[in-house]
Amino acid sequence: MHIRRSDEEIAANRARYEEHQKKGLEFAPKALPGKSAKPAPAIDAKKIMHQEKLPGGWYWWTRVKLNETLRIALDDGFSTVSVVAWNAEDPSERMNLPDTVKVQWTTGLGKGRVIFSDMGKVMFSITEDSSGAHDVLMGGSTASSNAKKYAGQNGPALRNTRDNFVLIATKAGLDKRDIPAALALFAPVRVDADGRFEWKPDLVSEGDYVDLRAEMDMIVGFSNCPHPLDPNPVYAPNPVSILRIAALEPAADDLCQTATAEAIRGFENNAFAAL
Amino acid sequence: MTSFIQTSPTRTLSNTAQDHYIAAEAPFSTFIKKGQVVRIEDSYGQQAVDTLFYNAHDFSERYSSQDTMREQGAAYISTGTKVISNEGRVMLTVTADSCGRHDTSAGACSCESNTVRFGHYTKYLHACRDNFVIEVSKHGMSKRDVVPNINFFMNVPIEPSGEMTIVDGISAPGDYVELKAEMDVLLVISNCPQINNPCNGFDPTPIRVLVWDDEAA
Repeated sequence: MHIRRSDEEIAANRARYEEHQKKGLEFAPKALPGKSAKPAPAIDAKKIMHQEKLPGGWYWWTRVKLNETLRIALDDGFSTVSVVAWNAEDPSERMNLPDTVKVQWTTGLGKGRVIFSDMGKVMFSITEDSSGAHDVLMGGSTASSNAKKYAGQNGPALRNTRDNFVLIATKAGLDKRDIPAALALFAPVRVDADGRFEWKPDLVSEGDYVDLRAEMDMIVGFSNCPHPLDPNPVYAPNPVSILRIAALEPAADDLCQTATAEAIRGFENNAFAAL
Repeated sequence: MTSFIQTSPTRTLSNTAQDHYIAAEAPFSTFIKKGQVVRIEDSYGQQAVDTLFYNAHDFSERYSSQDTMREQGAAYISTGTKVISNEGRVMLTVTADSCGRHDTSAGACSCESNTVRFGHYTKYLHACRDNFVIEVSKHGMSKRDVVPNINFFMNVPIEPSGEMTIVDGISAPGDYVELKAEMDVLLVISNCPQINNPCNGFDPTPIRVLVWDDEAA
């Protein structure tokens, strides 16, 4: 038996949501800038704490501190880099892409957007991004997706993102239960009117880069394997350059921290948790 | 609420293996055996049903939204969709769907994400992630095990621009989705309590879960 809420209550909630939806869908696209310019701005060498050249097929993980920035760059040609992240203090808090896209009203991440944890806090700010072509829906490759795609090239033995993340999680003292849905950087995936995925290769090219500023202390994992939709029939990921850049305190009018009502409330959650 | 819609001569209300009524906003779980068919019925219409699946014999194998979307090359769930695990195996197959629109990219509401989405004043409201944690804890799991889920009967269109928003569900009273289990699974449901967006028509309602044994058995 169900006792229906009153029509007045339903109508009031609907009106409130419609107003909220209008603001969410209209405000951010106007407030956010376009893609970052290429080439990437130079980084003062003294600020570079670490430089990694992640070979095709391989994984790397690192710890980052609040306000440090990770620059992921396609300096050696096209590749796709899948990313996962955990709160270093409490790894049960991790990157949550469904929340990230839902609260920001878009599956399209780019400069000015932020990436949320499952606890309503901001993990990363996307402070620079030259391509705006990333995939939050499909994640990375698996042994079976490689086997299917690279049949005849010993596909099952080729390195894949799922196994890379199992290795990262394990080496960080976690296990496969802890692997969240992965963000695939430089994966130009779009959804057509029927819900089918499309690959738009023109959106990404050599020299593209993303700067992710850490908004809490984290463990961050990377996997450099071809995306399952990458149409190249040959398994040929290029090396990817990853810089760990020293912390810089964001300005009071920092774009990512102020661009949307959702980001502002997310950072309020970060501030409260840090007290 | 409408009367039962029969989809097969062998599936009637009198020969169910399980028949559950799930109150509005409540959590629920049950085991489904390989070969059994589970029906999730949106008894009153426009009710999002947040759903997770775990391998009944190894909970570290569980539903994977990303593998499921990748495997079918599309963002929505409907008849023919193979529900894929984090180990790349088929857990269940969607065999019938009278609604035609189910989401697996928007995840489950939580107290924490509600504060970000709607405002801090919405923190103290029932939420699906809490329901999931309560329910999986009965099986020895914790928040770590709550992963991105399927939202049956939830309408989240994704535009070619990437823009997405939750709009009114299109399910009518009595609409159902049926899945055939390809392995023994634990089914976990949060009958979504969200009242800040139209996923429940702003009025969360009860649902029904029915299970039948393998027709061939």
